[in-house]
Amino acid sequence: MSMTLAEKILAAHAGKESVKAGEFVLARVDFAFANDITAPVAIRVFEEAGASKVFDPDRIGFIADHFTPCKDIKTAAQVNIMRRFVQEYGIMHYYEVGAGGGVEHALLPELGLIVPGDLVVGADSHTCTGGALSAFATGVGSTDLAAAMATGKAWFKVPRTIRAVFEGKCPTWVGGKDLVLTLIGKIGVEGARYMAIELVGSAIESLSMDGRFTMANMAIEAGGKTGLFETDETTMKYLEDRARKKPVVYKSDPDAAIERVVTIDAYSVEPVVALPHSPANVKPAREVKDLPIQQVVIGSCTNGRIEDLREAAKLLKGRKVAKGIRVIVLPATQEIYREALSEGIIGDMVDAGATIGPPTCGPCLGGHMGVLDEGEKAVSTTNRNFVGRMGHPRSEVILAGPAVAAASAITGAVTDPRDITSEVTP
Amino acid sequence: MTVEGTVHKFNDDIDTDIIIPAPYLVTSDPAELGAHAMEGIDPEFHNNVKPGDIIVAGRNFGCGSSREHAPIALVGAGVACVIAKSFARIFYRNAFNTGLLILEAPEAVEDIEAGHRLKVEPSEGVIHNLTTDRVYHAEPVPPFMQVLLNSGGLMKFMMERTLDG
Repeated sequence: MSMTLAEKILAAHAGKESVKAGEFVLARVDFAFANDITAPVAIRVFEEAGASKVFDPDRIGFIADHFTPCKDIKTAAQVNIMRRFVQEYGIMHYYEVGAGGGVEHALLPELGLIVPGDLVVGADSHTCTGGALSAFATGVGSTDLAAAMATGKAWFKVPRTIRAVFEGKCPTWVGGKDLVLTLIGKIGVEGARYMAIELVGSAIESLSMDGRFTMANMAIEAGGKTGLFETDETTMKYLEDRARKKPVVYKSDPDAAIERVVTIDAYSVEPVVALPHSPANVKPAREVKDLPIQQVVIGSCTNGRIEDLREAAKLLKGRKVAKGIRVIVLPATQEIYREALSEGIIGDMVDAGATIGPPTCGPCLGGHMGVLDEGEKAVSTTNRNFVGRMGHPRSEVILAGPAVAAASAITGAVTDPRDITSEVTP
Repeated sequence: MTVEGTVHKFNDDIDTDIIIPAPYLVTSDPAELGAHAMEGIDPEFHNNVKPGDIIVAGRNFGCGSSREHAPIALVGAGVACVIAKSFARIFYRNAFNTGLLILEAPEAVEDIEAGHRLKVEPSEGVIHNLTTDRVYHAEPVPPFMQVLLNSGGLMKFMMERTLDG
């Protein structure tokens, strides 16, 4: 029976010949993880249920990244609950501030803990980022995660698949964020609700891994269960010297059931923004130019990777951040931070007037390190611009890729990078 | 278990940052979280809601983050049931896992207004609007989910089925 990529991965993990969309399956998970917000709840559920051990300490990850470095006593207590559990149950993948640390969805792929063909559950909605590596990676709540920690399994309703085809070559300064926002603008915030999104086409084939992570990351903003890329040379090259296990490569069958196909001409995509308060409220950056802002955030599980920082730094180098604009750059992992230091781009950004913070989710969720007051606006490379997301309910987040964010930092208003430079994307 | 309460009505795409803003995610205590439920859209919600009240909302209720604190906050605030045109998938799972009754009933949502009194029979999926005396039928709960509920919740269901064997 012909199957989609999502169906093949779920069938393999459910021990079945085939599955089809709509079916409920109990499937084995390859990796399960949680963060400092969701792990404490999962731990409580796990212990209250009387579970005595975890299914495999080598397949569970705890990453303290949301409120870390801990912003107050309450958040410190949450992280301590994680540390205690990690010690008691011998959890082998625990990461927080400093060496080896980072934002979970940048860190786990970087460590080679997610590989093609994997079934991954994470108690964080942006777990779908792992789809960039052809893993069926999906967000769940803390109770589902607790059950996965205890049993190594989770239940799934096999999703239908929507296919987004990006054909052609991206114009300069257009990256993964612009592509995925354009898609969300087109299909809406529930356009892929309960569905797997397949991202294919010649523009995707020439997209780097960092660009793919950005796109897979935002699948949830269209309601998607995961955002899947096919494994190709780019994927295999990324996995070299990194993957902790052997990839299993699946591909959708040519006649697999695809619910809907959406085609986007990559060459016609512009540097875009998503205006408050929906990731689907997408406009070309030029259409809202001169909209004044007070803050720029460059980082997060969406756009805090090395290529994102290179792109921002190329625009910031030799220029100055506009007076009164706070530019907060948060490399997504310690390793990315180190790489950015060695390439000199941290220096370029600091010289321009940006401040560099530690790897943390911080401002993305209005947690700390860049919270907005009433009436303030930020251009941010993060993933959500919901009401109150970065602070006060009457503050506003304008989502963008790193190039638009850096260009906006220089002018102090929403800016298309092509309006301040004739240079091209690094 | 029959639910009877007053309706609080909301629009489409009520996200989890509205249901419980992130700065409060430092506890899983229902009462503490409940004191800030729906704060992103209605700071007075926790004062106005009474135990047993019902939220009626549009499409994609609970979109956004995977925080289980969202259904916990609603339960903590006293919300007995959420009726929506559709639910975001992680919220849907989390509601089952935290004991928040949810029903998909697009027609009912169109017809019901804030302040109406409803009586809900979850086992039959029947919603009776006591104010207008109209009756609506919710989408049935999938059989798989019914088994999960009847076996005493997810942890019990999973541990019984996958361990010792």
